[in-house]
Amino acid sequence: MNRARPALTPWLLVSPGTLLFLGLVVLPLILTFILSFHVYDHTTGIKNEFTFAHYAAVVSDDYYLGIFWRTLRLAGLTTLICALIGLPEAYVLSRMRDPWRSVFLLVIIGPLLVSVVVRAFGWSMLLGSTGLVNQLLQLLGFGPARLLYTETAIVIALVHVMLPFMVIPIWTSLQKLDPMVEAAAWTLGASRFMALRRVVMPQVTMGMLSGSLIVFGLSASAFAIPGLLGGRRLKMAATLVYDEYMHELNWPLGAAIAIIVLVANLIIMLAYNRMVEARARRTLG
Amino acid sequence: MVMGFLTLESLSKIYGDLAAVRDVDLSVAKGEFVSLLGPSGCGKTTTLQMIAGLVEPSKGRIMLDGRDITRLAPNKRGLGIVFQSYALFPHMTVAENVAFGLEMRNVPKSERAERVRTMLGLVHLGQLAERYPRQLSGGQRQRVAIARALVIQPPVLLLDEPLSNLDAKLREEMQFELRRIQQRVGTTTIMVTHDQAEALSISDRVVVMELGRMTQIDAPYRLYENPATPFISSFVGKMNRLDGIWRGAGASGHAEIAGVKLPSEAADLADGQAVALSIRPEKLLLRQVGQGRLDGTIVNRFFLGSYWLFTVETPVGVISVSVPNDGEEPASEGAKVALDWQPASLRVEPASARGDAA
Amino acid sequence: MSPMQKNGPIALLFHTLVVIFMLAPLVVICLVAFTPENTLSIPTTSFSLRWFQAIFVHPDFVDSFVNSLWLATLAASISVALAVPAALAIDRYQFPGRDTLNALFLSPLIIPHLVLGVAFLRLFALIGATGSFAWLVATHVIVITPYVLRLVMAALSGLDRSAEQAALTLGASHWTVFRRVTAPMVLPGITGGWLLAFINSFDELTMSIFVTSPQTVTLPVRMYMYATESIDPMMAAVSALMIALTAAAMLVLDRAFGLDKILVGQK
Repeated sequence: MNRARPALTPWLLVSPGTLLFLGLVVLPLILTFILSFHVYDHTTGIKNEFTFAHYAAVVSDDYYLGIFWRTLRLAGLTTLICALIGLPEAYVLSRMRDPWRSVFLLVIIGPLLVSVVVRAFGWSMLLGSTGLVNQLLQLLGFGPARLLYTETAIVIALVHVMLPFMVIPIWTSLQKLDPMVEAAAWTLGASRFMALRRVVMPQVTMGMLSGSLIVFGLSASAFAIPGLLGGRRLKMAATLVYDEYMHELNWPLGAAIAIIVLVANLIIMLAYNRMVEARARRTLG
Repeated sequence: MVMGFLTLESLSKIYGDLAAVRDVDLSVAKGEFVSLLGPSGCGKTTTLQMIAGLVEPSKGRIMLDGRDITRLAPNKRGLGIVFQSYALFPHMTVAENVAFGLEMRNVPKSERAERVRTMLGLVHLGQLAERYPRQLSGGQRQRVAIARALVIQPPVLLLDEPLSNLDAKLREEMQFELRRIQQRVGTTTIMVTHDQAEALSISDRVVVMELGRMTQIDAPYRLYENPATPFISSFVGKMNRLDGIWRGAGASGHAEIAGVKLPSEAADLADGQAVALSIRPEKLLLRQVGQGRLDGTIVNRFFLGSYWLFTVETPVGVISVSVPNDGEEPASEGAKVALDWQPASLRVEPASARGDAA
Repeated sequence: MSPMQKNGPIALLFHTLVVIFMLAPLVVICLVAFTPENTLSIPTTSFSLRWFQAIFVHPDFVDSFVNSLWLATLAASISVALAVPAALAIDRYQFPGRDTLNALFLSPLIIPHLVLGVAFLRLFALIGATGSFAWLVATHVIVITPYVLRLVMAALSGLDRSAEQAALTLGASHWTVFRRVTAPMVLPGITGGWLLAFINSFDELTMSIFVTSPQTVTLPVRMYMYATESIDPMMAAVSALMIALTAAAMLVLDRAFGLDKILVGQK
């Protein structure tokens, strides 16, 4: 039925979106890429000369390397904790009956829709020196601990924000699993643990992997959480870029860091796609 | 009760105030093939899952070879189970699937490989050992499931609707295949099914379940000929059912509908009592007008390969008649015919016996 | 039929802890919002609405709230207007560049918002668009369109094409088929996409913080700025209002489409 219509139709349908996306995604990214090579002078601003100095500074200066290292470390830690909580939680959820199952699924993934500023603010109240967590610690006899403006605070809040992204893909792969498969393993003599390890786990690894990559990518570029819970001192990549742009006004250096963040993110996503494809080939072939 | 190899004693499962299974008593002899037959929701699958240990009974006992296994964990029972969905491990090859149970029993690797090979040979899957389940057809998956259940040499094999996911032709083939394998291995087998043809063709005995209760246990042939309840007579095979009145005194009387006299099996009923009449389509014979016991007109004619099915309009109602296909074209639609039958084939029961069964 | 699928006591304890963890910050906000005190404390004896009233004498917050509402409404609507035809073209036609375009439309999902923010900032500085509300709307359209596109594409590919063919054989024109058959069947996907886009736009911080000017500050940006300077119970009151708004939107989404479906379909 499409043959009768001119080949122009699909182009007409996509053209408004295409124009907007070319103008507001591709063009600004190219401009930013170019910007990251501009020379910056503290008194005169951006100059029309080009240099690799910003990239060189970022990969040689201990200050920047320290922040990148912290970013990777905290994102990795967040991913690990999310996996350790998300996997059993998704499994527990999948074994619940409705309506509990839907209710708790909403409780776990619903906060995704609440602004991250709100959630970060909630944690800053909980972790403050007189916050609920400290009161609880004191009750248990562990004197007041400094939690706010520490890496611990950042990781706790990041886990809270990222957990849904881990639970969702694991939950999805658990949904595809025939519940009788686990029962079949039991009847063949497998213990509960053995059935989990040999039959359930292998089938959710893909979901866990995909969740881990999303969590890692989002954590490494997170802005509001380190901004509100790390304070001025504990910077991560995103807050560093913000400071370079808004406080130091060194846009070219900020652009260089942003480009590094972008490239790292794209590499992770591409690696993930490769892995998914390779696995699909292996199990089909 | 004779002590069987596997016995269920007043086995019940109650969910809230709903009894899914009520007081099931069953004794299965060693090597026997027993089917649990009934419509969906009759409790047959729950019964099977209680035997497997996947559902905990609310009441009653399960004895296997003189041992009480009612509270035993499923992985300690050692029963072989073929699930309706087959529940194959999708990330393992056919051979790995079959070897899983042996691995759990710590069978040495070499012996494991040998037993897997023999079992795959038995189900004709020797060539496909390295395939993954998703690369197999429905019938092949089903055979993997059977091999996986049998390789552990279970005392009892449990089959949960094993053929329901196959198409009609394959289902028939697999029925016989299933029976062949079962007889070769000699494993005591319990199969759950809603398909009466399946149950009748391969079982030694059939247990009919209805609303959580067992209503009849019999050999397939006896079940067909002497259904204990109207429900069974309608569920197992086709059945013509008519309402009539008993005329005459006691056993020497006859059934009557709308003034037409219907010769039947003698029944001891009172004159004027309402009765339920039933006769199977294949027990009716088509005759020339005047040579039968009841005249009628053919309304429809269906060709079903090995036999013809007619619907005949008669003064007592519409009746189905099946006639074996002898290679000649039979009477056509609109033709006048007469129906004849052996009086013993027309069953007469007091109408109340029909009760609330639909 | 799922035998032995019950969770044990340890599993349920773990689950309870996770649920407490997920809800704790939100619950604390909602409690503190009602405190009568001047400090961030959980009200124990009496509740007060004073911090909610405080919002209204803070014109900054009211302006930003109104600004964010307009922004999200406009951005979500424009996004739907762009995504529906694009989804139709990508789902129904084979044309050169189709996969590339699909990747282009979904690309904002894998580009960190931070990077988008600095990229927009550079573009706007060069073309002199800084501080313009219209350009702010455009940036939000970019960020939320992938969500709409995905939901509409899912609705389209789940559509039974034979219903359209049936309408054609019954004598309907192509336009009538779209209006009477296709559109009603895709409508849930479109509405769900609009709402999800609205929420995402309303909540967006990381990209917006680079492209808003003092006249176009959105509510999340205002809250972030405020929270880095000082923390008082008014922040809790504003946050509680945002939670209430989100919960209401969630309820609508859930009633209409099943929130788990929409969110689980989302990455």
